[in-house]
Amino acid sequence: MIAVLALVAGAALGLYFDPTVPAVLQPYLPIAVVAALDAVFGGVRAKLDGIFDDKQFVISFISNVLVAALIVYVGDQLGVGGQLSTGVVVVLGVRIFGNVAAIRRHLFRA
Amino acid sequence: MAEQQTNAGAGPEQESRSAQGGPGDGQGPGSAEPVPGGGGSEPGEPGGGAGPGEREPVLRSVLSWLNSAGVTIAVLLALLGFAVVIQVKSTSTDGWLSAARLQDLVRIQSDLEAREQRLRQEITSLEESQRQLSTGAQRRQAALEEATRRADELGILAGTLPAQGPGLSLRFVAGTKPIKASVVLDAVQELRGAGAEAMEISGRSGAPVRIIASTYFLDGDGGMLNVDGRYLAGPYSIVVIGDPTTMRTALKIPGGVVELVTSSGGNVLIEEREVVDVTALSEPRDLQYARPVS
Repeated sequence: MIAVLALVAGAALGLYFDPTVPAVLQPYLPIAVVAALDAVFGGVRAKLDGIFDDKQFVISFISNVLVAALIVYVGDQLGVGGQLSTGVVVVLGVRIFGNVAAIRRHLFRA
Repeated sequence: MAEQQTNAGAGPEQESRSAQGGPGDGQGPGSAEPVPGGGGSEPGEPGGGAGPGEREPVLRSVLSWLNSAGVTIAVLLALLGFAVVIQVKSTSTDGWLSAARLQDLVRIQSDLEAREQRLRQEITSLEESQRQLSTGAQRRQAALEEATRRADELGILAGTLPAQGPGLSLRFVAGTKPIKASVVLDAVQELRGAGAEAMEISGRSGAPVRIIASTYFLDGDGGMLNVDGRYLAGPYSIVVIGDPTTMRTALKIPGGVVELVTSSGGNVLIEEREVVDVTALSEPRDLQYARPVS
């Protein structure tokens, strides 16, 4: 599928260019990646459920990333950056688990 | 079309229901199912009021990929792949410490300082105990050397150890009459007074006998000398370790041993030696009456 190809292409570009993360973005990049993964898994699940909408997916992807980064940034400013970051990661992890479980049920009927 | 998109409204994905009819009302990509539902509870599911789990026809899905939203999605996914790769690389090369938060770093630093403190204390206490052990070892060593030296001295005096050192070699040659025990005893006493430390006496044949504090001399039958129960025949030789000059002088004093022997026709030959070996040993005895006081 084009989605998978796009993912692989992006990974290959990352390996090829090998850029360094600017220091400003360093604390936020991992959170943003996890949030984006959450959106992607949600999208795959919606696809398997038959309710996928690409506009929805795009908006949810972008908003997940921005909101996660924003929450972590605000937390840093408030001084609870570590805890908020942990909280965000926990919630995203839980949701990823939920989506993956649904996907698994679709794929394996189990 | 009740939208039962989300059971409880947690999560940032409170999606606005898209007004799309047809399959899939209120789609929630990005995990609109909050936790309490237990991930992905089947029943009564997303897809709300629309037809139960209707799949899009393949053609439609392909076409939908080709429109601008599809391109956007492809771009977003490429960005995701890109970001994952660079994040993984950055973590593996720099380690998470370089990207850690200030508070985390401060906490880590204070932990390390506390640990350093504890370790320094441990170092001091270990050094202290090492010092104590080494001085203890030195004291034991000194005590051991002292005890060894004393044992050697007492062994030599008691005749249980062979000894070696400068001294004299005496030879008693009998004149007309055999040498008497009292003469030999005189000689032994004179030598002791002159600082003799170890001596042994031997006769014409047989093993030498060590002379110690408890040695007795008796006249035996046939001109033999009874030394501590062993019979020796003359001429007698005494080997003694001590200061040669002092012992020779002591023997030669007027009225001394040499004069005594020569007056009855015998002779005493005195020879100074650099190294004298006293090899005879005496059996240690268990004391019957005397006991140590302390």
